[in-house]
Amino acid sequence: MTATIMALGAQAAETRLGSPRRTAMVAAGAPGGRTFFDWIVLIVQDYGSWLLKGVGVTMFLALTGTIIGVVLGLGVGVVRTIPSDRPSARLPKRIALKVASAVLAVYVEVFRGTPMMVQAMVVYYGLGMAFQINLNVVTAGLLVVSINTGAYMAEIVRGGIESVDPGQTEAAKAVGMGHWATMRGIILPQAIRNILPATGNEFVINIKDTSVLMVIGTSELFFQGKTIDGILYQTFPVYLLVAAIYLVLTFSTTRLLRLLERHLDGPESFTLATSSTVPESILLPGGDNYGHRGR
Amino acid sequence: MGTGGAKAVVETRDLRKSFGTNEILKGIDFQVLPGEVVSVIGASGSGKSTFLRCVNLLEWPSSGEILYHGRDVLERGYDINRFRTHLGMVFQQFNLFNNLNVLDNCVIGQVRALGEAKAEARERAMGYLAKVGMDPYIDAKPRQLSGGQKQRVAIARALSMEPEALLFDEPTSALDPEMVGEVLAVMGGLAESGLTMVIVTHEMAFARDVSGRVAFMDGGVIAEEGSAAQVFANPNKERTKEFLARFHAG
Ligand SMILES: Nc1ncnc2c1ncn2[C@@H]1O[C@H](COP(=O)(O)OP(=O)(O)OP(=O)(O)O)[C@@H](O)[C@H]1O
Ligand SMILES: [Mg+2]
Repeated sequence: MTATIMALGAQAAETRLGSPRRTAMVAAGAPGGRTFFDWIVLIVQDYGSWLLKGVGVTMFLALTGTIIGVVLGLGVGVVRTIPSDRPSARLPKRIALKVASAVLAVYVEVFRGTPMMVQAMVVYYGLGMAFQINLNVVTAGLLVVSINTGAYMAEIVRGGIESVDPGQTEAAKAVGMGHWATMRGIILPQAIRNILPATGNEFVINIKDTSVLMVIGTSELFFQGKTIDGILYQTFPVYLLVAAIYLVLTFSTTRLLRLLERHLDGPESFTLATSSTVPESILLPGGDNYGHRGR
Repeated sequence: MGTGGAKAVVETRDLRKSFGTNEILKGIDFQVLPGEVVSVIGASGSGKSTFLRCVNLLEWPSSGEILYHGRDVLERGYDINRFRTHLGMVFQQFNLFNNLNVLDNCVIGQVRALGEAKAEARERAMGYLAKVGMDPYIDAKPRQLSGGQKQRVAIARALSMEPEALLFDEPTSALDPEMVGEVLAVMGGLAESGLTMVIVTHEMAFARDVSGRVAFMDGGVIAEEGSAAQVFANPNKERTKEFLARFHAG
Protein backbone atom coordinates (compact mmCIF):
# COMPACT_ATOMS: atom_id res chain seq x y z
CA MET A 1 0.00 0.00 0.00
CA THR A 2 2.55 2.55 1.11
CA ALA A 3 4.84 1.64 -1.76
CA THR A 4 2.18 2.41 -4.35
CA ILE A 5 1.43 5.66 -2.64
CA MET A 6 5.05 6.66 -2.68
CA ALA A 7 5.10 5.83 -6.39
CA LEU A 8 2.03 8.00 -6.81
CA GLY A 9 3.83 10.84 -5.16
CA ALA A 10 6.63 10.51 -7.67
CA GLN A 11 4.16 10.43 -10.54
CA ALA A 12 2.51 13.55 -9.21
CA ALA A 13 5.75 15.43 -8.97
CA GLU A 14 6.40 14.48 -12.53
CA THR A 15 3.04 15.55 -13.89
CA ARG A 16 3.33 18.83 -12.08
CA LEU A 17 6.08 19.71 -14.46
CA GLY A 18 4.06 18.19 -17.27
CA SER A 19 4.00 21.14 -19.58
CA PRO A 20 5.21 19.12 -22.61
CA ARG A 21 2.13 16.94 -22.39
CA ARG A 22 -0.09 19.89 -21.93
CA THR A 23 1.19 21.65 -25.03
CA ALA A 24 0.79 18.43 -26.95
CA MET A 25 -2.83 18.23 -25.95
CA VAL A 26 -3.49 21.83 -26.75
CA ALA A 27 -1.77 21.47 -30.09
CA ALA A 28 -3.92 18.47 -30.90
CA GLY A 29 -6.72 20.87 -30.30
CA ALA A 30 -10.12 20.12 -28.92
CA PRO A 31 -12.57 19.97 -31.77
CA GLY A 32 -15.42 22.39 -31.19
CA GLY A 33 -18.94 21.39 -30.36
CA ARG A 34 -18.17 19.05 -27.44
CA THR A 35 -20.94 19.25 -24.88
CA PHE A 36 -20.53 19.35 -21.11
CA PHE A 37 -21.48 15.69 -20.90
CA ASP A 38 -19.00 14.78 -23.61
CA TRP A 39 -16.31 16.30 -21.43
CA ILE A 40 -17.45 14.42 -18.38
CA VAL A 41 -17.38 11.16 -20.32
CA LEU A 42 -13.96 12.00 -21.73
CA ILE A 43 -12.55 12.85 -18.31
CA VAL A 44 -13.91 9.65 -16.81
CA GLN A 45 -12.65 7.51 -19.68
CA ASP A 46 -9.21 9.05 -20.15
CA TYR A 47 -8.41 10.32 -16.67
CA GLY A 48 -10.60 8.12 -14.49
CA SER A 49 -7.57 6.22 -13.27
CA TRP A 50 -5.87 9.49 -12.28
CA LEU A 51 -8.91 10.49 -10.28
CA LEU A 52 -9.06 7.05 -8.69
CA LYS A 53 -5.45 7.37 -7.65
CA GLY A 54 -6.36 10.74 -6.18
CA VAL A 55 -9.20 9.11 -4.26
CA GLY A 56 -6.76 6.48 -3.00
CA VAL A 57 -4.24 9.05 -1.79
CA THR A 58 -6.95 11.25 -0.25
CA MET A 59 -8.58 8.39 1.61
CA PHE A 60 -5.20 7.00 2.67
CA LEU A 61 -4.15 10.38 4.06
CA ALA A 62 -7.51 11.07 5.68
CA LEU A 63 -7.90 7.63 7.26
CA THR A 64 -4.30 7.06 8.34
CA GLY A 65 -3.94 10.68 9.40
CA THR A 66 -7.11 10.47 11.48
CA ILE A 67 -6.06 7.20 13.12
CA ILE A 68 -2.57 8.50 13.97
CA GLY A 69 -4.13 11.77 15.05
CA VAL A 70 -6.56 9.98 17.34
CA VAL A 71 -3.71 8.01 18.92
CA LEU A 72 -1.73 11.23 19.38
CA GLY A 73 -4.78 13.00 20.73
CA LEU A 74 -5.50 10.17 23.16
CA GLY A 75 -1.93 10.29 24.41
CA VAL A 76 -1.93 14.05 24.82
CA GLY A 77 -5.43 14.09 26.28
CA VAL A 78 -4.59 11.40 28.84
CA VAL A 79 -1.35 13.07 29.93
CA ARG A 80 -3.09 16.40 30.26
CA THR A 81 -5.75 14.92 32.53
CA ILE A 82 -3.36 13.17 34.96
CA PRO A 83 -4.20 14.58 38.37
CA SER A 84 -1.05 16.32 39.61
CA ASP A 85 -2.35 17.72 42.87
CA ARG A 86 -2.32 14.74 45.19
CA PRO A 87 -0.03 15.82 48.03
CA SER A 88 1.58 12.41 48.24
CA ALA A 89 2.80 12.56 44.62
CA ARG A 90 6.53 13.09 44.59
CA LEU A 91 7.84 16.48 43.59
CA PRO A 92 9.83 15.38 40.49
CA LYS A 93 6.72 13.66 39.18
CA ARG A 94 4.68 16.79 39.69
CA ILE A 95 7.27 18.95 37.94
CA ALA A 96 7.55 16.50 35.04
CA LEU A 97 3.78 16.54 34.67
CA LYS A 98 3.67 20.34 34.68
CA VAL A 99 6.41 20.56 32.01
CA ALA A 100 4.85 17.88 29.83
CA SER A 101 1.50 19.56 30.16
CA ALA A 102 2.95 22.93 29.09
CA VAL A 103 4.77 21.46 26.07
CA LEU A 104 1.62 19.68 24.96
CA ALA A 105 -0.43 22.84 25.40
CA VAL A 106 1.97 24.67 23.06
CA TYR A 107 1.67 21.87 20.50
CA VAL A 108 -2.11 22.05 20.59
CA GLU A 109 -2.20 25.85 20.30
CA VAL A 110 0.34 26.06 17.47
CA PHE A 111 -1.28 23.46 15.27
CA ARG A 112 -4.82 24.60 15.92
CA GLY A 113 -3.88 28.20 15.45
CA THR A 114 -2.20 28.01 12.04
CA PRO A 115 -3.60 26.93 8.63
CA MET A 116 -2.78 23.38 7.57
CA MET A 117 -1.68 24.73 4.18
CA VAL A 118 1.02 26.81 5.86
CA GLN A 119 2.02 23.88 8.08
CA ALA A 120 2.44 21.76 4.94
CA MET A 121 4.82 24.30 3.41
CA VAL A 122 6.79 24.63 6.63
CA VAL A 123 7.08 20.89 7.17
CA TYR A 124 7.84 19.94 3.58
CA TYR A 125 10.23 22.73 2.62
CA GLY A 126 11.35 23.67 6.13
CA LEU A 127 12.53 20.22 7.12
CA GLY A 128 14.38 19.92 3.82
CA MET A 129 16.19 23.23 4.17
CA ALA A 130 16.91 23.12 7.87
CA PHE A 131 17.74 19.45 8.43
CA GLN A 132 18.19 18.03 4.94
CA ILE A 133 15.25 15.76 5.66
CA ASN A 134 13.67 15.41 2.26
CA LEU A 135 10.33 13.78 2.70
CA ASN A 136 8.29 12.24 -0.02
CA VAL A 137 5.23 14.48 -0.59
CA VAL A 138 2.81 11.81 0.59
CA THR A 139 4.82 11.17 3.75
CA ALA A 140 5.02 14.89 4.39
CA GLY A 141 1.28 15.15 3.80
CA LEU A 142 0.59 12.30 6.19
CA LEU A 143 2.80 13.91 8.81
CA VAL A 144 0.97 17.22 8.54
CA VAL A 145 -2.51 15.68 8.61
CA SER A 146 -1.64 13.44 11.57
CA ILE A 147 -0.09 16.17 13.69
CA ASN A 148 -2.86 18.56 12.84
CA THR A 149 -5.57 16.03 13.67
CA GLY A 150 -3.71 15.14 16.87
CA ALA A 151 -3.91 18.75 18.02
CA TYR A 152 -7.66 18.89 17.46
CA MET A 153 -8.21 15.42 18.90
CA ALA A 154 -6.23 16.30 22.04
CA GLU A 155 -8.86 18.87 22.96
CA ILE A 156 -11.70 16.57 21.93
CA VAL A 157 -10.25 13.72 24.02
CA ARG A 158 -9.78 16.00 27.00
CA GLY A 159 -13.38 17.12 26.70
CA GLY A 160 -14.43 13.47 26.34
CA ILE A 161 -12.53 12.44 29.47
CA GLU A 162 -13.82 15.37 31.46
CA SER A 163 -17.38 14.64 30.38
CA VAL A 164 -17.28 11.23 32.05
CA ASP A 165 -19.03 11.39 35.43
CA PRO A 166 -16.41 11.89 38.19
CA GLY A 167 -18.31 9.22 40.13
CA GLN A 168 -16.86 6.67 37.70
CA THR A 169 -13.32 7.58 38.69
CA GLU A 170 -14.24 7.59 42.36
CA ALA A 171 -15.79 4.15 42.14
CA ALA A 172 -12.69 2.82 40.38
CA LYS A 173 -10.44 4.37 43.03
CA ALA A 174 -12.65 2.93 45.73
CA VAL A 175 -12.01 -0.61 44.50
CA GLY A 176 -8.28 0.15 44.48
CA MET A 177 -7.70 0.59 40.77
CA GLY A 178 -4.77 2.84 39.82
CA HIS A 179 -4.82 5.75 37.39
CA TRP A 180 -3.92 3.73 34.29
CA ALA A 181 -6.20 0.81 35.02
CA THR A 182 -9.03 3.26 35.61
CA MET A 183 -8.26 5.10 32.38
CA ARG A 184 -8.04 1.95 30.29
CA GLY A 185 -10.87 -0.02 31.83
CA ILE A 186 -13.41 2.63 32.73
CA ILE A 187 -12.79 6.18 31.57
CA LEU A 188 -11.38 5.85 28.05
CA PRO A 189 -14.01 3.39 26.83
CA GLN A 190 -16.68 5.88 27.87
CA ALA A 191 -14.72 8.90 26.64
CA ILE A 192 -14.09 7.24 23.27
CA ARG A 193 -17.77 6.46 22.88
CA ASN A 194 -18.52 10.09 23.73
CA ILE A 195 -16.04 11.47 21.20
CA LEU A 196 -16.90 9.09 18.38
CA PRO A 197 -19.14 11.59 16.57
CA ALA A 198 -16.47 14.30 16.87
CA THR A 199 -13.82 11.86 15.65
CA GLY A 200 -15.91 10.90 12.64
CA ASN A 201 -16.32 14.59 11.97
CA GLU A 202 -12.52 15.02 12.00
CA PHE A 203 -12.24 12.19 9.49
CA VAL A 204 -14.75 13.83 7.17
CA ILE A 205 -13.00 17.18 7.54
CA ASN A 206 -9.72 15.48 6.71
CA ILE A 207 -11.16 13.99 3.52
CA LYS A 208 -11.90 17.53 2.39
CA ASP A 209 -8.97 19.36 3.92
CA THR A 210 -6.23 17.10 2.57
CA SER A 211 -6.90 19.12 -0.60
CA VAL A 212 -4.65 21.85 0.81
CA LEU A 213 -1.74 19.43 0.46
CA MET A 214 -1.72 20.21 -3.26
CA VAL A 215 0.54 23.15 -2.31
CA ILE A 216 3.35 20.67 -1.76
CA GLY A 217 2.27 18.55 -4.71
CA THR A 218 0.77 15.58 -2.90
CA SER A 219 -1.22 13.71 -5.53
CA GLU A 220 -4.51 13.68 -3.66
CA LEU A 221 -7.86 14.11 -5.37
CA PHE A 222 -7.83 17.88 -5.71
CA PHE A 223 -4.28 17.89 -7.07
CA GLN A 224 -5.22 15.23 -9.62
CA GLY A 225 -8.18 17.36 -10.69
CA LYS A 226 -5.98 20.40 -10.99
CA THR A 227 -3.55 18.43 -13.14
CA ILE A 228 -6.32 17.18 -15.43
CA ASP A 229 -7.70 20.70 -15.73
CA GLY A 230 -4.21 21.87 -16.60
CA ILE A 231 -4.23 19.48 -19.52
CA LEU A 232 -7.80 19.84 -20.76
CA TYR A 233 -8.62 23.43 -19.78
CA GLN A 234 -12.08 22.22 -18.75
CA THR A 235 -12.28 23.73 -15.31
CA PHE A 236 -16.03 23.41 -14.74
CA PRO A 237 -16.56 19.73 -15.67
CA VAL A 238 -13.31 18.67 -13.99
CA TYR A 239 -14.04 20.32 -10.66
CA LEU A 240 -17.69 19.38 -10.74
CA LEU A 241 -16.61 15.77 -11.07
CA VAL A 242 -14.04 16.21 -8.30
CA ALA A 243 -16.71 17.81 -6.09
CA ALA A 244 -19.08 14.93 -6.76
CA ILE A 245 -16.41 12.42 -5.80
CA TYR A 246 -15.68 14.29 -2.55
CA LEU A 247 -19.37 14.28 -1.78
CA VAL A 248 -19.66 10.54 -2.33
CA LEU A 249 -16.64 9.98 -0.08
CA THR A 250 -17.83 12.17 2.76
CA PHE A 251 -21.44 10.98 2.54
CA SER A 252 -20.62 7.29 2.60
CA THR A 253 -18.09 7.83 5.40
CA THR A 254 -20.69 9.60 7.50
CA ARG A 255 -23.16 6.75 7.02
CA LEU A 256 -20.57 4.09 7.86
CA LEU A 257 -19.58 5.91 11.04
CA ARG A 258 -23.18 6.10 12.12
CA LEU A 259 -23.51 2.34 11.69
CA LEU A 260 -20.35 1.87 13.73
CA GLU A 261 -21.73 4.02 16.54
CA ARG A 262 -24.90 2.01 16.66
CA HIS A 263 -22.93 -1.21 16.67
CA LEU A 264 -20.78 -0.05 19.58
CA ASP A 265 -23.81 0.88 21.65
CA GLY A 266 -24.75 -2.76 21.80
CA PRO A 267 -28.22 -4.22 22.04
CA GLU A 268 -30.99 -2.21 23.62
CA SER A 269 -32.17 -5.13 25.72
CA PHE A 270 -30.63 -7.91 27.75
CA THR A 271 -31.86 -11.36 28.65
CA LEU A 272 -32.25 -12.55 32.18
CA ALA A 273 -29.89 -15.34 33.04
CA THR A 274 -32.46 -17.22 35.11
CA SER A 275 -35.52 -15.76 36.81
CA SER A 276 -36.39 -12.12 37.33
CA THR A 277 -37.75 -12.34 40.85
CA VAL A 278 -35.84 -11.25 43.91
CA PRO A 279 -35.11 -14.40 45.88
CA GLU A 280 -36.66 -14.57 49.33
CA SER A 281 -33.27 -15.12 50.90
CA ILE A 282 -32.45 -11.41 50.69
CA LEU A 283 -35.60 -10.33 52.47
CA LEU A 284 -35.43 -10.02 56.20
CA PRO A 285 -37.54 -12.37 58.26
CA GLY A 286 -40.67 -10.92 59.78
CA GLY A 287 -41.51 -8.96 56.69
CA ASP A 288 -40.03 -5.71 58.04
CA ASN A 289 -38.00 -4.51 55.13
CA TYR A 290 -37.73 -0.98 56.37
CA GLY A 291 -40.12 0.40 53.84
CA HIS A 292 -39.29 4.03 53.43
CA ARG A 293 -40.93 6.36 55.92
CA GLY A 294 -41.51 9.97 55.13
CA ARG A 295 -39.08 12.41 56.68
CA MET B 1 -13.86 4.52 73.07
CA GLY B 2 -11.44 1.87 74.16
CA THR B 3 -7.70 1.85 74.04
CA GLY B 4 -7.45 -1.14 71.70
CA GLY B 5 -6.24 1.02 68.81
CA ALA B 6 -4.36 -1.81 67.17
CA LYS B 7 -7.45 -3.98 67.18
CA ALA B 8 -9.48 -1.48 65.13
CA VAL B 9 -9.77 -2.13 61.39
CA VAL B 10 -9.72 1.59 60.76
CA GLU B 11 -9.20 4.42 63.17
CA THR B 12 -8.99 8.16 62.64
CA ARG B 13 -7.20 10.53 65.00
CA ASP B 14 -7.87 14.25 65.04
CA LEU B 15 -8.89 14.06 61.40
CA ARG B 16 -9.35 17.49 59.86
CA LYS B 17 -10.40 18.58 56.41
CA SER B 18 -10.73 22.07 54.97
CA PHE B 19 -11.94 23.18 51.60
CA GLY B 20 -10.09 26.46 51.11
CA THR B 21 -10.49 28.31 54.39
CA ASN B 22 -13.67 26.46 55.25
CA GLU B 23 -12.95 23.78 57.85
CA ILE B 24 -15.50 20.99 57.40
CA LEU B 25 -14.02 18.28 59.66
CA LYS B 26 -12.76 19.67 62.94
CA GLY B 27 -10.91 16.80 64.51
CA ILE B 28 -12.60 13.44 64.26
CA ASP B 29 -11.56 10.55 66.48
CA PHE B 30 -13.30 7.42 65.34
CA GLN B 31 -12.72 3.72 65.12
CA VAL B 32 -14.38 0.59 63.79
CA LEU B 33 -13.67 -2.77 65.36
CA PRO B 34 -13.89 -5.99 63.37
CA GLY B 35 -17.50 -7.12 62.95
CA GLU B 36 -18.94 -3.83 64.16
CA VAL B 37 -21.76 -2.02 62.42
CA VAL B 38 -21.53 1.71 63.06
CA SER B 39 -24.06 4.22 61.81
CA VAL B 40 -23.11 7.84 61.31
CA ILE B 41 -26.05 10.19 61.53
CA GLY B 42 -26.33 13.96 61.51
CA ALA B 43 -27.85 16.92 59.76
CA SER B 44 -27.20 17.71 56.13
CA GLY B 45 -23.89 19.53 55.76
CA SER B 46 -22.46 18.27 59.06
CA GLY B 47 -19.61 16.58 57.15
CA LYS B 48 -20.67 12.92 57.13
CA SER B 49 -19.83 12.33 53.47
CA THR B 50 -16.61 14.28 53.72
CA PHE B 51 -15.59 12.14 56.68
CA LEU B 52 -16.36 8.87 54.91
CA ARG B 53 -14.57 10.03 51.75
CA CYS B 54 -11.53 10.98 53.80
CA VAL B 55 -11.38 7.52 55.33
CA ASN B 56 -10.70 5.86 51.98
CA LEU B 57 -8.83 8.92 50.69
CA LEU B 58 -11.24 10.03 48.00
CA GLU B 59 -10.60 13.33 49.79
CA TRP B 60 -7.16 14.02 51.12
CA PRO B 61 -7.35 15.05 54.77
CA SER B 62 -5.78 18.35 55.75
CA SER B 63 -4.30 16.86 58.90
CA GLY B 64 -4.65 14.01 61.36
CA GLU B 65 -4.11 10.30 61.07
CA ILE B 66 -5.92 7.43 59.43
CA LEU B 67 -4.75 4.13 60.87
CA TYR B 68 -5.35 0.85 59.13
CA HIS B 69 -4.54 -1.89 61.65
CA GLY B 70 -2.47 0.67 63.46
CA ARG B 71 -0.47 1.96 60.49
CA ASP B 72 -0.92 5.49 59.19
CA VAL B 73 -2.01 5.32 55.57
CA LEU B 74 -1.21 9.00 55.03
CA GLU B 75 2.49 8.27 55.33
CA ARG B 76 4.47 8.87 52.18
CA GLY B 77 4.92 5.71 50.15
CA TYR B 78 1.98 3.85 51.68
CA ASP B 79 0.20 1.77 49.02
CA ILE B 80 -3.12 3.59 48.89
CA ASN B 81 -4.62 1.43 46.15
CA ARG B 82 -3.93 -1.66 48.20
CA PHE B 83 -5.49 -0.01 51.26
CA ARG B 84 -8.61 0.84 49.27
CA THR B 85 -9.10 -2.80 48.22
CA HIS B 86 -9.59 -3.58 51.93
CA LEU B 87 -12.34 -0.98 52.30
CA GLY B 88 -15.35 -1.24 50.04
CA MET B 89 -17.47 1.81 49.33
CA VAL B 90 -21.10 2.08 48.33
CA PHE B 91 -22.12 5.48 46.96
CA GLN B 92 -25.37 7.36 47.13
CA GLN B 93 -25.34 7.65 43.33
CA PHE B 94 -24.36 3.97 42.81
CA ASN B 95 -21.52 4.86 40.41
CA LEU B 96 -21.66 1.56 38.59
CA PHE B 97 -19.22 1.42 35.68
CA ASN B 98 -21.46 2.45 32.81
CA ASN B 99 -19.39 0.78 30.09
CA LEU B 100 -19.50 -2.63 31.77
CA ASN B 101 -22.29 -5.10 32.33
CA VAL B 102 -23.33 -6.20 35.79
CA LEU B 103 -20.93 -9.14 35.96
CA ASP B 104 -17.91 -7.18 34.73
CA ASN B 105 -18.69 -4.44 37.23
CA CYS B 106 -18.00 -7.01 39.91
CA VAL B 107 -15.00 -8.53 38.12
CA ILE B 108 -12.84 -5.60 36.99
CA GLY B 109 -11.68 -4.57 40.46
CA GLN B 110 -10.71 -8.11 41.38
CA VAL B 111 -8.69 -8.48 38.18
CA ARG B 112 -7.13 -5.02 37.93
CA ALA B 113 -6.58 -4.21 41.60
CA LEU B 114 -6.20 -7.63 43.24
CA GLY B 115 -4.65 -9.44 40.28
CA GLU B 116 -7.15 -12.28 40.48
CA ALA B 117 -7.61 -14.64 37.54
CA LYS B 118 -10.68 -13.87 35.45
CA ALA B 119 -12.37 -17.23 35.97
CA GLU B 120 -12.14 -17.12 39.75
CA ALA B 121 -13.14 -13.47 39.78
CA ARG B 122 -16.27 -14.33 37.78
CA GLU B 123 -17.17 -17.16 40.09
CA ARG B 124 -16.79 -15.00 43.17
CA ALA B 125 -18.76 -12.18 41.53
CA MET B 126 -21.57 -14.61 40.69
CA GLY B 127 -21.70 -15.69 44.31
CA TYR B 128 -22.10 -12.16 45.62
CA LEU B 129 -24.53 -11.19 42.87
CA ALA B 130 -26.67 -14.15 43.92
CA LYS B 131 -26.45 -12.96 47.51
CA VAL B 132 -28.02 -9.62 46.57
CA GLY B 133 -30.47 -11.25 44.19
CA MET B 134 -28.94 -9.78 41.05
CA ASP B 135 -27.48 -12.90 39.45
CA PRO B 136 -30.17 -13.05 36.75
CA TYR B 137 -29.01 -9.64 35.52
CA ILE B 138 -25.35 -10.35 34.80
CA ASP B 139 -25.67 -9.30 31.14
CA ALA B 140 -27.51 -6.05 31.81
CA LYS B 141 -25.84 -2.67 31.50
CA PRO B 142 -26.33 -0.24 34.40
CA ARG B 143 -28.64 1.99 32.36
CA GLN B 144 -31.04 -0.94 32.02
CA LEU B 145 -31.50 -1.33 35.79
CA SER B 146 -33.73 0.34 38.36
CA GLY B 147 -32.14 2.35 41.17
CA GLY B 148 -32.58 -0.39 43.72
CA GLN B 149 -31.08 -2.97 41.38
CA LYS B 150 -28.12 -0.69 40.67
CA GLN B 151 -27.44 -0.27 44.36
CA ARG B 152 -27.62 -4.01 44.96
CA VAL B 153 -25.08 -4.52 42.16
CA ALA B 154 -22.90 -1.81 43.70
CA ILE B 155 -23.00 -3.72 46.98
CA ALA B 156 -22.08 -6.95 45.19
CA ARG B 157 -19.23 -5.13 43.45
CA ALA B 158 -17.86 -3.99 46.79
CA LEU B 159 -18.33 -7.45 48.34
CA SER B 160 -16.57 -9.12 45.40
CA MET B 161 -13.36 -7.49 46.58
CA GLU B 162 -13.87 -9.33 49.89
CA PRO B 163 -12.98 -6.21 51.86
CA GLU B 164 -12.51 -6.07 55.60
CA ALA B 165 -15.07 -3.34 55.93
CA LEU B 166 -17.72 -1.64 53.83
CA LEU B 167 -18.43 2.08 53.86
CA PHE B 168 -21.91 3.20 52.84
CA ASP B 169 -22.67 6.83 52.04
CA GLU B 170 -26.43 7.26 52.18
CA PRO B 171 -27.02 4.19 50.04
CA THR B 172 -30.79 4.68 49.85
CA SER B 173 -31.08 8.46 49.54
CA ALA B 174 -31.20 8.48 45.74
CA LEU B 175 -33.79 5.71 45.56
CA ASP B 176 -37.50 5.88 44.92
CA PRO B 177 -39.32 5.00 48.16
CA GLU B 178 -40.49 1.60 46.94
CA MET B 179 -36.89 0.53 46.30
CA VAL B 180 -35.46 1.51 49.66
CA GLY B 181 -36.65 -1.71 51.28
CA GLU B 182 -34.80 -4.09 48.97
CA VAL B 183 -31.46 -2.33 49.55
CA LEU B 184 -31.91 -2.07 53.33
CA ALA B 185 -32.84 -5.75 53.39
CA VAL B 186 -29.57 -6.65 51.73
CA MET B 187 -27.63 -4.44 54.13
CA GLY B 188 -29.45 -5.91 57.14
CA GLY B 189 -28.45 -9.37 55.95
CA LEU B 190 -24.82 -8.30 55.66
CA ALA B 191 -24.84 -6.83 59.15
CA GLU B 192 -26.23 -10.06 60.53
CA SER B 193 -23.54 -12.05 58.74
CA GLY B 194 -20.89 -10.18 60.73
CA LEU B 195 -19.51 -7.82 58.07
CA THR B 196 -17.80 -4.70 59.39
CA MET B 197 -19.80 -1.72 58.21
CA VAL B 198 -19.81 2.06 58.54
CA ILE B 199 -23.13 3.45 57.35
CA VAL B 200 -23.92 7.11 56.82
CA THR B 201 -27.68 7.18 56.73
CA HIS B 202 -30.87 9.13 57.26
CA GLU B 203 -32.82 5.90 57.79
CA MET B 204 -33.14 6.17 61.56
CA ALA B 205 -35.22 3.02 62.07
CA PHE B 206 -32.65 1.04 60.17
CA ALA B 207 -29.74 2.59 62.07
CA ARG B 208 -31.44 1.82 65.38
CA ASP B 209 -32.19 -1.81 64.54
CA VAL B 210 -29.07 -2.83 62.66
CA SER B 211 -26.11 -0.95 64.10
CA GLY B 212 -24.28 -1.72 67.27
CA ARG B 213 -22.98 1.78 67.65
CA VAL B 214 -24.14 5.18 66.47
CA ALA B 215 -22.08 8.33 65.97
CA PHE B 216 -23.91 11.64 65.73
CA MET B 217 -22.02 14.24 63.73
CA ASP B 218 -22.64 17.92 64.19
CA GLY B 219 -20.66 20.84 62.81
CA GLY B 220 -17.65 18.78 61.78
CA VAL B 221 -17.19 16.81 65.00
CA ILE B 222 -18.69 13.67 66.49
CA ALA B 223 -20.97 15.28 69.03
CA GLU B 224 -22.22 12.08 70.58
CA GLU B 225 -21.40 8.43 70.27
CA GLY B 226 -22.76 5.34 71.92
CA SER B 227 -24.74 2.16 71.53
CA ALA B 228 -27.71 2.44 69.20
CA ALA B 229 -30.07 1.79 72.09
CA GLN B 230 -28.55 4.55 74.24
CA VAL B 231 -28.27 7.22 71.54
CA PHE B 232 -31.78 6.70 70.22
CA ALA B 233 -33.51 6.12 73.55
CA ASN B 234 -31.73 8.66 75.78
CA PRO B 235 -29.34 10.92 73.96
CA ASN B 236 -27.01 12.83 76.31
CA LYS B 237 -26.56 15.95 74.25
CA GLU B 238 -29.12 18.59 73.54
CA ARG B 239 -28.13 18.70 69.83
CA THR B 240 -28.70 14.97 69.46
CA LYS B 241 -32.14 15.27 71.06
CA GLU B 242 -33.10 18.08 68.71
CA PHE B 243 -31.90 16.15 65.70
CA LEU B 244 -33.69 12.95 66.65
CA ALA B 245 -36.89 14.80 67.58
CA ARG B 246 -37.35 15.69 63.94
CA PHE B 247 -37.50 12.02 63.05
CA HIS B 248 -39.74 10.95 65.91
CA ALA B 249 -42.18 13.66 64.90
CA GLY B 250 -42.33 12.27 61.35
N1 LIG C 1 -15.33 19.55 47.34
C1 LIG C 1 -15.83 20.46 48.19
N2 LIG C 1 -15.45 21.76 48.10
C2 LIG C 1 -15.95 22.66 48.97
N3 LIG C 1 -16.83 22.39 49.93
C3 LIG C 1 -17.25 21.13 50.07
C4 LIG C 1 -16.77 20.10 49.21
N4 LIG C 1 -17.35 18.94 49.59
C5 LIG C 1 -18.15 19.23 50.64
N5 LIG C 1 -18.10 20.54 50.93
C6 LIG C 1 -18.83 21.21 52.00
O1 LIG C 1 -18.64 20.49 53.19
C7 LIG C 1 -19.80 20.52 53.99
C8 LIG C 1 -20.13 19.13 54.43
O2 LIG C 1 -20.52 18.38 53.29
P1 LIG C 1 -20.86 16.85 53.38
O3 LIG C 1 -21.24 16.43 52.02
O4 LIG C 1 -19.76 16.14 54.03
O5 LIG C 1 -22.12 16.85 54.32
P2 LIG C 1 -23.08 15.65 54.70
O6 LIG C 1 -23.09 15.58 56.16
O7 LIG C 1 -22.68 14.44 53.96
O8 LIG C 1 -24.46 16.18 54.17
P3 LIG C 1 -25.67 15.38 53.47
O9 LIG C 1 -26.45 14.76 54.57
O10 LIG C 1 -26.45 16.46 52.80
O11 LIG C 1 -25.08 14.41 52.53
C9 LIG C 1 -20.90 21.19 53.16
O12 LIG C 1 -21.07 22.49 53.63
C10 LIG C 1 -20.31 21.21 51.77
O13 LIG C 1 -20.72 22.35 51.10
MG1 LIG D 1 -23.53 13.30 52.32
